[in-house]
Amino acid sequence: MTDPAMKDDTATEQAADRAELVNAVGLHARPSVKLTQLAKTFDCSVEIALSADGPWVDAKSPVKVMRVKAPRGAVLHVRTSGNGARAAMEALMSLVRSGFGEATDHPADARHG
Amino acid sequence: MLPNVGIVIVSHSPKIAEGAADMVRQMVGDSVNLAYTGGDPGGGLGTGVASIREAIDRAWSEAGVAILVDLGGAETNSEMAVEMLDADRRGRVVVCNAPIVEGAVMAATEASGGSPLETVRRTAEELSPP
Repeated sequence: MTDPAMKDDTATEQAADRAELVNAVGLHARPSVKLTQLAKTFDCSVEIALSADGPWVDAKSPVKVMRVKAPRGAVLHVRTSGNGARAAMEALMSLVRSGFGEATDHPADARHG
Repeated sequence: MLPNVGIVIVSHSPKIAEGAADMVRQMVGDSVNLAYTGGDPGGGLGTGVASIREAIDRAWSEAGVAILVDLGGAETNSEMAVEMLDADRRGRVVVCNAPIVEGAVMAATEASGGSPLETVRRTAEELSPP
């Protein structure tokens, strides 16, 4: 990815935040798809990482997001840049903090997915 | 008709085709056209050009259709089915070189965001090699 700060010489709307993965399975298959689908609804760039230092991954790429494979308890860092970056961040944080609409308990037989 | 690229799943096994389609529906949702086909009329393993053509028709979108296949005949029969389409549709159907289940989910995820056919194909094919 290019540095978001380099994309526009006018003041580019940007946002950055982070949230712990609270759903039982973390960022596995179904949550990855939901995250990608939501990211794709925004014009701005959306990137995720497991550390503030990166590596940053394009959240609009289903394959790249699927490869992140973050477990429950990991902290997901998100940064957005461009048109609607703040609204996108709000929606993305809401999705992550809601546990992607999945169970947030962690039964021993939790099915990954 | 949905504007997003449609997805067709072609397996020798009707159970695999149906199961992969179930995964797409449950994980990606209803925003892409989806069709699947597999097995021969006698209940055994196989794929057929005619049934693949019908699946392409069911999943048809003006944005095109991406086909996910398993082995050998699924791919060659899919290519034959594409060749038999009307000229104006032929150029808007691609057979992806990707694992059938994962490729179908990835392609459908990409398609659900409104991406064009080439992007959908590239996303499915990004999976292999791992």
